[in-house]
Amino acid sequence: MSQPTQESFELSRDSAPHDGPMISARGLRKSYGDFEAVKGIDLDVQPGEAFGFLGPNGAGKSSTMRMVAAVSPPSGGSLRILGMDPAKDGPKIRGRLGVCPQEDTLDNELTVRENLLVYGRYFGISRREVGSRADELLRFLQLTDKQNDQVDSLSGGLKRRVTIARSLINNPDVLLLDEPTTGLDPQARHLLWDKLFRLKQQGVTLVITTHYMDEAEQLCDRLVVIDGGQIVAEGSPRQLIEQHSTREVAELRFGVGEHEAYAPLLADLGERTEVLPDRLLLYTEDGEAALAQVHERGLAPTAVLVRRSTLEDVFLRLTGRSLAD
Amino acid sequence: MALVRDNPSSVDLLLRQVDYWRTVYRRTWRGSVVASFVQPLFYVAAMGVLLGDYIDDGGASLEGAPSYLAYIAPGLLAAQAMQVSAAECMFPVMSAIRWVKTYHGMLATPLDVPDIVRAHLAFVAFRIAMSCAVFGLVLAPFDVYGSVAGALCAYLGAVLVGMAFATCLYAFAAGVKSEQWFVAMMRLGILPLFLFSGAFFPISNLAPPLEALARVTPLWHGVDLVRMCTLGQPESGAVLVHLTYLVAMVAVGYWWAVRRLRARMVV
Repeated sequence: MSQPTQESFELSRDSAPHDGPMISARGLRKSYGDFEAVKGIDLDVQPGEAFGFLGPNGAGKSSTMRMVAAVSPPSGGSLRILGMDPAKDGPKIRGRLGVCPQEDTLDNELTVRENLLVYGRYFGISRREVGSRADELLRFLQLTDKQNDQVDSLSGGLKRRVTIARSLINNPDVLLLDEPTTGLDPQARHLLWDKLFRLKQQGVTLVITTHYMDEAEQLCDRLVVIDGGQIVAEGSPRQLIEQHSTREVAELRFGVGEHEAYAPLLADLGERTEVLPDRLLLYTEDGEAALAQVHERGLAPTAVLVRRSTLEDVFLRLTGRSLAD
Repeated sequence: MALVRDNPSSVDLLLRQVDYWRTVYRRTWRGSVVASFVQPLFYVAAMGVLLGDYIDDGGASLEGAPSYLAYIAPGLLAAQAMQVSAAECMFPVMSAIRWVKTYHGMLATPLDVPDIVRAHLAFVAFRIAMSCAVFGLVLAPFDVYGSVAGALCAYLGAVLVGMAFATCLYAFAAGVKSEQWFVAMMRLGILPLFLFSGAFFPISNLAPPLEALARVTPLWHGVDLVRMCTLGQPESGAVLVHLTYLVAMVAVGYWWAVRRLRARMVV
């Protein structure tokens, strides 16, 4: 038997080709009793795209994901997944999706390999095929050494990898990842990003929710910023930054509680200022030049930092709130 | 060739879950076999043989049973089926919903709520069948069966009793929010049924209102059915009533279980 390296891992695209967007929603809503979690969103996810939902906790990302995963019926609007209606063709749609939920739903008392085998069978994949498929995925996610370990004994990062391996067992057309790296250490996150990036290169459509701007910037071709159940902006990470923020940001720290008072003294040095509890943000095309002017005015911040704008700034601009809880 | 086929039959969807349940069983069968062997042996020895000696000496009327042992053996068999159901349909269901979240994983695949309920209940049926088989065989040397046919009927009757409880307890477990309910069900439901449904003494010994109450409980129907089988004294009218009652309970419980699990999972 040949031993393919992880790089040669391939997804054989075997389902019927589908014209048009993989996911298409118009006026999509979700209510739980009186609470409206998703308040009418429109979106199209194209084949091969890595699409992101960026928003704070409670923004409606997970509710949207559950509808897109064809497990939660929409309360209103229209939703088409792979051209099908989830209300009618739920099982058929789910057969072609991979789902990596926010909380792991692995069976802790089974081994890594058993989790994959058992799960593959739910899709009707034959025992023999599911075995070779599991071997392939274990190699791809670097889990071969751990395949006979009970899931219970694994670290959070390894469990995430098992969940992702499991979600790929049916060669999905679309992989849904709900907060894939929440709670992981930086090393585990980077390894996961690398794997997701490879999947994207192989043409798997990725839909990712995250409240990490760096994750969104790393992985997403296009994203929507979602807040309070509504889409507040849409575009590529670069477009969003260009449209909603300046090139650079000067971060100034003054004494505790003084930021509010300093803001008007600096407002004319940039396009905009934001006051956060611990710092003052000055949005400008040239951060160093703005800083020089701050010093010329005789103001002496205790710490300064000039950086490029990120999605965090876009979010702050659009919602007036920070992404961190 | 496509990995995932569309439009599978319900039987196919059931078979897809066999590997999962087989894996679960491989992990737990030792404990369950020992329990289903040892527990009946203790009961039969302590109550049937030792306590039975006193009762037989007292010349009690036992609804036509030749000995107290022969009287309680079918009661214990039916009650065992109920106990297995209680063990398999409460905590494991809540675990699959809330703790291990097995059902959440399953529902992200082509499986649907009724497929999941059917597979879980099929596994419970298997557990009851195994457990009652062991129990039934443990009883054999004590000479409690009137005939082989009677023993087989008693066995099938006990499995039916188990499934009647299984579907209803599953439905109960699928909807409750806290495991405290299971403790309440064990203490206020299962235990009194076990003690007062005619497994240990003829319910004619109860005060008339309590006797009437005992007569409508599912375990009494089960115990009476299984006892008619082991003693070889079936009355067709009573058998029909018992079977109708228990089959209806299986059907209503199943319908309710699917409904409650759907309400819980598909939100």
